[in-house]
Amino acid sequence: MSQTPRVVIVDYKMGNLQSVANAFRFLGCEASIVDNPSDLASEMKNSGPNGPVKGLVLPGVGAFGMAMQNLRSQGMIEPLNEWVLDRKFPLLGICLGMQLLADRSDELGNHEGLGWIPGHVKKLDPKNDLRIPHVGWNTATIVKQDPLFQKSDPKPCYYFVHSFHFECAPENVAATCDYGTPFVAAVQKDSIFATQFHPEKSQTHGLRILRNFLNFAEGKVGRG
Amino acid sequence: MVKRRLISCLLLQNELLVQSIGFKRYLPIGKAKIAVEFMANWDIDEILLIDMTATREGRKPNTDLIATVSRNCFVPLTVGGGISQVGDVKAVIRAGADKVSLNWAAIQNPKLITEISQSFGAQCVVVSMDVKKNAQGKYEVFANSGTEATGLDPVQWASKVESLGAGEILLNSIDRDGSKLGYDLDLIKTVADAVGIPVIACGGVGLMKHFVEGVTKAGADAVAAANIFQHVEHSTIVAKSFMAKAGVDIRLGTLARYTDFVFDDSGRILKRSDAELEQIWMERFKKEEI
Repeated sequence: MSQTPRVVIVDYKMGNLQSVANAFRFLGCEASIVDNPSDLASEMKNSGPNGPVKGLVLPGVGAFGMAMQNLRSQGMIEPLNEWVLDRKFPLLGICLGMQLLADRSDELGNHEGLGWIPGHVKKLDPKNDLRIPHVGWNTATIVKQDPLFQKSDPKPCYYFVHSFHFECAPENVAATCDYGTPFVAAVQKDSIFATQFHPEKSQTHGLRILRNFLNFAEGKVGRG
Repeated sequence: MVKRRLISCLLLQNELLVQSIGFKRYLPIGKAKIAVEFMANWDIDEILLIDMTATREGRKPNTDLIATVSRNCFVPLTVGGGISQVGDVKAVIRAGADKVSLNWAAIQNPKLITEISQSFGAQCVVVSMDVKKNAQGKYEVFANSGTEATGLDPVQWASKVESLGAGEILLNSIDRDGSKLGYDLDLIKTVADAVGIPVIACGGVGLMKHFVEGVTKAGADAVAAANIFQHVEHSTIVAKSFMAKAGVDIRLGTLARYTDFVFDDSGRILKRSDAELEQIWMERFKKEEI
């Protein structure tokens, strides 16, 4: 297959999609942005074994409740459930996109999430008086090398911006980080992957994560 | 633990990248796109792209320029200049910016901080304040590239923008701008102690040790500079290496880390002894392919 691979970025009107698209384009991949079920359906027609569409990306920054509300009113939740849960189509969540995978979040009330990875999103509660939000570059500790952190630096630094964090079962944790309190930096379950940090804004270390996701999505590594 | 950040401030007059001296004199540098590419490859932690003349000349942010520079900018990009309403924020983010910096607009219409913070998140709003000592010797916030007194006290204004929903404060000293005398440490410390959001120190860096002082003496979460990064090869990597040697926890992400080099205070690499030089051999690193 020599055709250019493509990822479909889900737009729910929050956050900087352009940076994510730029990063995938830099890796020689196409990126299309969809914000409604019919565009998603027509993109996903090209997702068969011979089609160019290889993965879904759920980026985003902002408030949890608003994001879920937007996804719901756009009618995106059902088709995404079908593709990600039923058909096991590879998905990469970024930042808020990772938190949305949880069952629920405490951000500004109590909101129900997508529930794809069992867990609860809670406010960061750092000891020793650290500032919130957690902004900046921090070192992640890799728990599962495969597939997101392949060829990664042993102590990779990524760019984080968040006030809430995802609490989930240890078997779904791919990486952790520490900000006065330990928290989950990346999760994975079946073909669902997500990072709390921004790989598209973490220079070469971050671009490598996107490359690893693409490799997985293109079936270049064993799925297990 | 979270690292301290080194930020490159790229000052524009419309499309021309310049160096600024005391908010009065300007030296032309060249194209923003080239500078962004170099800085991003030279391990910078964040880039601030500020069009200083946009507000004064009544221009909106130049989204074509932002789209061009952001294409290969894989570090956070903050854009300032000419942003006066929520629609402008939407436009620059669509063009590839990650955060916006407000200065004049925040003073004119403080509610804008809250509006942007609610729509895009607090992490998206950097409030930039230009401060100098007034005739009474007190710190005061100045607007319009430092020409107009606002009567605002920097500490009170910083607390106010925090409560309105700002995510970070960019604190610039007009007196120190382009002076090479180092940051105004008293100013930065009083503001950083008063707020719970990150404070970025800016204005006056002339020696590499000034970056270290901004962190260790004034408690800034991030240190920014403009002029010192221009015209010097690997300027930002050298600055970070210098900071790391001084004990600042900072990210060194490229192959060139200057760990075995000795610097003077200005960041110039000192010559090593002949005996040491005789021991050195060259090694070729393949360009990293991702």
